Amino acid sequence: MRAMVYRGPYKIRVEEKDVPAIEHPNDAIIRVTLAAICGSDLHLYHGLMPDTRVGHTFGHEFIGVVHEVGPSVQNLQVGDRVMVPFNIYCGSCWFCARGLYSNCHNVNANATAVGGIYGYSHTTGGYDGGQAEYVRVPFADVGPAKIPDWMSDEDAVLLTDATSTGYFGAQLGDIAEGDTVVVFGAGPVGLVAAQSSWLMGAGRVIVVDHLDYRLEKAREFAHAETLNFAEYDDVVVELKKQTDFLGADVAIECVGAEADGNLLQHVAGAKLKMQGGSPVALNWAIDGVRKGATISVMGAYGPIPNAVKFGDALNKGLTLRMNQAPVKRQWPRLFEHIRNGYLKPSDMVTHRFPLEEIPEAYHVFSSKLDGCIKPLIVPSAA
Amino acid sequence: MSESDIPSAYVREKRSPAPSREELRARIPGWGVDLDPADRPSNPKLLHAPDTGARWDFPERQPEHRPRERSIEHAFVTPVFGTAQPLKGASGAIRRLAYARFSEGRLAHWMLLVVGDRVDAVEHHLRSFATLRPDVPATGVRTELTHGGLASRRGRVDARHHVLDPLVVGGPWLVAAGAAVVGVRRLVRAARR
Ligand SMILES: NC(=O)c1ccc[n+]([C@@H]2O[C@H](COP(=O)([O-])OP(=O)(O)OC[C@H]3O[C@@H](n4cnc5c(N)ncnc54)[C@H](O)[C@@H]3O)[C@@H](O)[C@H]2O)c1
Ligand SMILES: [Zn+2]
Ligand SMILES: [Zn+2]
Repeated sequence: MRAMVYRGPYKIRVEEKDVPAIEHPNDAIIRVTLAAICGSDLHLYHGLMPDTRVGHTFGHEFIGVVHEVGPSVQNLQVGDRVMVPFNIYCGSCWFCARGLYSNCHNVNANATAVGGIYGYSHTTGGYDGGQAEYVRVPFADVGPAKIPDWMSDEDAVLLTDATSTGYFGAQLGDIAEGDTVVVFGAGPVGLVAAQSSWLMGAGRVIVVDHLDYRLEKAREFAHAETLNFAEYDDVVVELKKQTDFLGADVAIECVGAEADGNLLQHVAGAKLKMQGGSPVALNWAIDGVRKGATISVMGAYGPIPNAVKFGDALNKGLTLRMNQAPVKRQWPRLFEHIRNGYLKPSDMVTHRFPLEEIPEAYHVFSSKLDGCIKPLIVPSAA
Repeated sequence: MSESDIPSAYVREKRSPAPSREELRARIPGWGVDLDPADRPSNPKLLHAPDTGARWDFPERQPEHRPRERSIEHAFVTPVFGTAQPLKGASGAIRRLAYARFSEGRLAHWMLLVVGDRVDAVEHHLRSFATLRPDVPATGVRTELTHGGLASRRGRVDARHHVLDPLVVGGPWLVAAGAAVVGVRRLVRAARR
């Protein structure tokens, strides 16, 4: 089969690989029909995630058709169209039993500090991902779900990560009616977080980024006010001015390790890899909210320590909440919201690339060229 | 500043209350449908998940055909694990040490893994030079021409360090190529003597 393969930082290519095999009785093999590149893939692509091995196939946002099932699989049949949450999880460990699907203890031998994720380095378990023609899906009775007939492929693939994560991010913000919510990052995750904030009763939503074309999307798609941080010497002061010197009631950080806006932090964190990513947006969130506020962090960071302004967080009495999103827990509600037209994930798709051109797709998405918001990958066998 | 100009932060209530429910509902489709915090899918935090599809208390174990590295914070290799890219070569030895010796709480664990990653990449680059598909410093860069590289970056903060990118990406390759040239020259000179 054809598969995206990592060759080292900034280098990927498409190679011929063996079709994955059933390795556990509850495995399934899925033939991928549509995949996406996520902002999280960029951390791997830039070499920020420890134990990313040459030869690894990325991709944790994908849908497909069941190609083969292991002997104990009961909920899926060959030929079913399925959407697969980015989390790999067993459904029965201490954490899964409590709904923390993204923190499963039975699937990641390499680390206890993170659960299992498809195509996301050995630090999340060493599973090849879905930017390929076929992918091994463990615990096929637990993670995947059949795609409802009325749902488009694009909405389905975006529910496997970006949409569920943005919505989850808004939930961790503990939004109360009338709250002013500031969302850092106008990528797919931030755009959905902004939309979801309204559903949870926000009174005002402000989206911060430096990419004008994405801020335009935030205004039109998420009905938000926007702030281009490149236009201000100091975003934190601007946020205070815009909130009558209180600061926002809630911040949702949807940027993560590649954050820009502070040359030193960005170069040290994202370029020279001297910390687990650049916490510029996280620090702006800490300083830009009011005292007693809640910060929800969806942006991903590596396991190496970061220069985070923890003292300010303590002195301001902030609540910091964060996790990898437990995707499937969000689905029943999100299906309703999509059906009702409150959320339209497919509106974020700007590009489609055939699998063979995935090196180009990564460069365009990583460098934010050509108005790119969400690129989809179409495998040739699809 | 008269008293009514004092910003919200210094008085009891916000000076400009949020728009009314009716106004927000009219402007934003779906406003407030998830207003009740108790009725959001991630509440309560430690919910006992009803039915995840798991019919086991502890899953059947995936056969371990070769000894697999694991975090020493785990009691054993998890019942299900990834089998992609097993440890190999010098990078494999470094990574094996990181797992066997240091917990995830130790910086040494992660720094060794980072070193393992760089060694892994170098091992593969060297090997690729003997194939028909040698590695290059970065892939996909032709989109700088086809997808508006310069135009896209106008007015962005990353334009400031854009000039650094080729250096960060290509720098190590230039240094390695330089070292290789010097090394070959020395060898040639030594052979002539
Ligand atoms: N927690 C989870 O489960 C989960 C799931 C998916 C993605 N993520 C993470 O969410 C983050 C966003 O993902 P995405 O797909 O939207 O990525 P993306 O790269 O498309 O978006 C990131 C955006 O942040 C902007 N940005 C950079 N520096 C900023 C700053 N200082 N302030 C404000 N904005 C800034 C960028 O211009 C970009 O538009 C990533 O870190 C990703 O790893 C987490
Ligand atoms: Zn992701
Ligand atoms: Zn589990």
